[in-house]
Amino acid sequence: MSTQQAGSNLKTLYTRNRHIWRLVIVMLAWIVFMALTKFNKFYTLINFQTMASQFPEFGLMALGVMLCMITGGIDLSAVSIANLSAILMGFLLKSIAQADGSLPFYAIPLMFALGMVLGAVLGAFNGLLVSKAHIPPILATLGTSELFTGIAIVFTNGNAVSKLPVQYALSINNKIGGLVPVQLLIFIAMALFIWVLLSRTTYGTKIYLLGTNAEAARFSGLKNDRLLIKTYMISGVCAALGGLIMLANYNSARANYGSVYVLQCVLIVVLGGVSPLGGRGRISGVVLAIFLLRMLETGINRFPQISSYYISLIWGSVLILVMVLDYFTERRHPFRKRRS
Amino acid sequence: MRRNEPYIFLVVLALCVLIEIRSGQFFTANNLTDIASAMIVPGLFAVGAFMVIVSGGIDVSFPALASLTSYATTKYLLDTGYTGGIWLPIVISLALGALLGAFNGIFIGYFSLPALIVTLGTSSVFKGVMQGALNSVQLAVIPPGMREFGTSSLFVATNSISGLTSRMPVAFLALLIVNGLAFLMLRYSYFGRGIYAIGGNETSAVRAGFNTKRGKFFLYVIVGMIASLAGLIRTCMMQQNHPTNMLGMEMNIIAGVVLGGTAIKGGAGSLSGAALGTLLIVIVENSMILLGIPTIWKSVFTGALIIIGTGVSAFQVLRANRITKNRIAWKEMSKA
Amino acid sequence: MAKSLLRAVDIHKSFAGVHALKGVSLEIAAGEIHCLAGENGCGKSTLIKIISGVYQPDSGDIEFDGKILGKITPIDAIMLGIQVIYQDFSVFPNLTVMENLALNTELSQKRKIVSWKRIREIAQTAVKKINFDVDLDAQVSTLSVAQKQMVAISRALMSNARLIIMDEPTTALTKKEVQALFKIILQLKAQGISILFVSHKLNEVFEISERFTIFRNGELVQTGSTADLDSAKFTYYMTGREFGKKNFVPETIGEEPLLEVRDLTLDGYFENVSFTLRAGEIIGVTGLLDSGRSELALSLFGIRPASSGDILLKGKKVSIKNPQDAVRHKIGLVPEDRLSEGLFLPQSIQDNVIISEIDRLTTTLGLFDRAKREKEILRLVSDFAIATPDPRNACQTLSGGNQQRVVLAKWLACNLDVLVLSGPTVGVDIGSKHDIHAILHDLARNGMGIIIISDDLPEVIENCSRVIVLKGGRIVHEMDAQNANEQQILAHMM
Repeated sequence: MSTQQAGSNLKTLYTRNRHIWRLVIVMLAWIVFMALTKFNKFYTLINFQTMASQFPEFGLMALGVMLCMITGGIDLSAVSIANLSAILMGFLLKSIAQADGSLPFYAIPLMFALGMVLGAVLGAFNGLLVSKAHIPPILATLGTSELFTGIAIVFTNGNAVSKLPVQYALSINNKIGGLVPVQLLIFIAMALFIWVLLSRTTYGTKIYLLGTNAEAARFSGLKNDRLLIKTYMISGVCAALGGLIMLANYNSARANYGSVYVLQCVLIVVLGGVSPLGGRGRISGVVLAIFLLRMLETGINRFPQISSYYISLIWGSVLILVMVLDYFTERRHPFRKRRS
Repeated sequence: MRRNEPYIFLVVLALCVLIEIRSGQFFTANNLTDIASAMIVPGLFAVGAFMVIVSGGIDVSFPALASLTSYATTKYLLDTGYTGGIWLPIVISLALGALLGAFNGIFIGYFSLPALIVTLGTSSVFKGVMQGALNSVQLAVIPPGMREFGTSSLFVATNSISGLTSRMPVAFLALLIVNGLAFLMLRYSYFGRGIYAIGGNETSAVRAGFNTKRGKFFLYVIVGMIASLAGLIRTCMMQQNHPTNMLGMEMNIIAGVVLGGTAIKGGAGSLSGAALGTLLIVIVENSMILLGIPTIWKSVFTGALIIIGTGVSAFQVLRANRITKNRIAWKEMSKA
Repeated sequence: MAKSLLRAVDIHKSFAGVHALKGVSLEIAAGEIHCLAGENGCGKSTLIKIISGVYQPDSGDIEFDGKILGKITPIDAIMLGIQVIYQDFSVFPNLTVMENLALNTELSQKRKIVSWKRIREIAQTAVKKINFDVDLDAQVSTLSVAQKQMVAISRALMSNARLIIMDEPTTALTKKEVQALFKIILQLKAQGISILFVSHKLNEVFEISERFTIFRNGELVQTGSTADLDSAKFTYYMTGREFGKKNFVPETIGEEPLLEVRDLTLDGYFENVSFTLRAGEIIGVTGLLDSGRSELALSLFGIRPASSGDILLKGKKVSIKNPQDAVRHKIGLVPEDRLSEGLFLPQSIQDNVIISEIDRLTTTLGLFDRAKREKEILRLVSDFAIATPDPRNACQTLSGGNQQRVVLAKWLACNLDVLVLSGPTVGVDIGSKHDIHAILHDLARNGMGIIIISDDLPEVIENCSRVIVLKGGRIVHEMDAQNANEQQILAHMM
């Protein structure tokens, strides 16, 4: 390949992924900043392991929300699906635990399997409301969010599910080879799966196009309803997995855990370059956004003078900053509303 | 885009009758007063949310905005040992609300960034400022002027059967005044018509001569002021300031507005419809006991209500589109 | 010659390195009806936006009523009497007719307070100007396209318009409505108002305009009186090419019917439609906007499945209840509204082109066969001469004619037996139009059966071997294209 060709390839690589590069730059800037100021406290194995065991909670939910937003929708019920799954699986765990608190060998795999099925079913309900009942996704998932949370409250009488067999938390809160947290592995597995879906399967191309123009999708022979239901089901499965991880991280489950994650997931996904109008967005951006925010958060924790509440402020500011940057550098507005 | 108010009014009425049948206590003076009282803060929020949605946008930052301004106002007045009446707190709240609303307005109006994402961001920023920069804590004591405002009542309603009494807070007047002003503005000012125009077709609005950027900017300023007022009233009525108490209300308010016939895409809806929709949700949330349903089921019912309500709404829109298309086809046929 | 109202002299305009207007000029006299024509991308929209104050020219002058206009804003242009009616009519579908009519006037007077009485009065004055009979309290979304256009025109007349610019005004109108529009244009001319309308339809240029100007690639090609214009010259000026007229003559027609439709009915739209299509044939279905022709296309493709009647493919009855059924039975549809129904403009050309056959390009479990997919993309782009430097570019970077090719390519990738096209060359410039027709002829010669559903009579007559006329949902006439002429078909349609 001649240098000129290589040069233009690099240029195309840059222009097609401008948003990603911006995130990388911000992240590098932060990494350098932390290295200069709090090197010893930040760049420790323990620190990274802690980060890696905590972010999968909402990271998984964000993956699901991302898929929904690519189709032009949104999933506000991710957290409630997570909580409900965690609660019901918590009950399951307690019921199959033996007298001495130990678990049969099939317990945890069974939990995960059933939890994912539950997530799929709840997600399918969302998908039906959005596709067959034509309810705008923001309202449909708002309603199911209340509904699922309500069901969770009824099941638990408003209390937390606790006193779980400690074996569960120990096995999930574990590090393979003393190094890699199990939660991280689960997240990576799901992220890889979704990456393959989006970039290597027909499903991926189809939902990008569906999110761009649902009418044209119909006219092209796509099965819009099926695609939507599938998407919300996957989101439900992701949310359920997030819930199971929360169950391990907190050793308990409750109907109102993680309520801040609802909008936070949307924030992360948009920061990652997914357009709320649909049809655009890459998983690399979302994963980067998750890492970036987590690193910002833990980094700030290392400055005791700064209250951890400032995290909120920084998230919001970073989001707005990135959007304003996009506005000034993109020739065409990426978010221009499409009027029929 | 047919008139939705009659339907939603009937639904509200039917619900009230149902509760009355079940408990015999709905149409009592004190219960109605309680409902009206419970409507004040959500009703105020709903006015703002309604206007924003009609303009084609959305705002999820208003609870955070209200929390921040009410906390800041209360804390400041406490720290300076303020002992005067309610007017200064109101002025400060409105000013702060306008300032924060302007924040939203600049990004949504002048930079044309999508409203959902901007307000998500500003919601985080407001929370961060409140909990971080201002180190918010629960304020169990509030300035006497605010306390007095919160406890003063227009009248006291007595339940003839049970002897229970309920106060109608003076703050209810604020709800009426704001609704009235909003109605007048939307119907009789070009700023208000502009909101509908922008929501209907923003390009046409620009071409017609509306300064859409400025219009949207001021809209979010006004919405910030209304939200701020609601936050202040909340603090007064609760006799204390709890910083995170209102957070999370945004989605239910938006649901109420949409249930009342406001199209989520903008351009259509009425203030009365939004108020009725909010009233519906408030009644459901407050009447669980009267229906003999343990409050534990509240979320389930609210969720089901939202799903069914928006489902019916979506179905109506679908049908209306088909009918319009048919009508055109037949009209053309008869002309041919 | 009448004094000129508008004179644009030597206008240059560039956008980000693209030289859109290369020194064009335009002259319109008072009370003149002038047509501005040109292929998509020739610069006519840009010039209009300059005249109406949306853009500023890089160099050159605009003279209006003898005075040179400096830098003007859209509001300034409106004050001067220059009104543009865009293709979407710039109406507010959620507001009432009277509000739509009065808004511009009220805003231009810097009003803050609304007086509904005054709005009604303004609206009544507006509709009187062209005798437009409409319910002022109706919501504009309930009006027909022609009525919305009338609202736009009435509104334009409210501010002492001297020059009204209409951008492709007849695209969505029925023949009757086009006639009504022309009558109104003549009325306006009688009042001394000049009309500049943008169109690429030759018959309209002839019928209504006195003078014409044609742009090509940002340059002025020809201007003059329409009396001096004919079809061949028009085509040549527009495209720089000459086209021989080649009516379609089918080569080999299959023996057996490929597609047979018996008593097909869609309640409320068409009934008892029956016809036969053989391989190698191109048949045309034509009729007015409300004749049911559009819905027939949708029924054949499963978007609006028929209420009753039979569809037979190669002799076997098939059920088409949704688009997937249609595709499975090898029927494709190129939809009427290319932009919103046929293409995913912000997405890549390559995704657009393979989307309908996408399930064929897989290995297992829906995973792509990358090599197969790449090959297919390259094949389609070259077979259909889609002019693009990179198939990963967004579809919206293509010209209108190329976009139509993408839609064609998408379907032809599916090895169809039957292709239905609804208004295939609406809004397409003459050059691409000919190319698309040539592609259709080739497809027919290779054994496909094609149905063209269109109200462009020359298109139907030149490209089809048989013509079916629909009226009020029923077939009223069927004829061989060779024996057909426009007047005859029109008579049957109305």
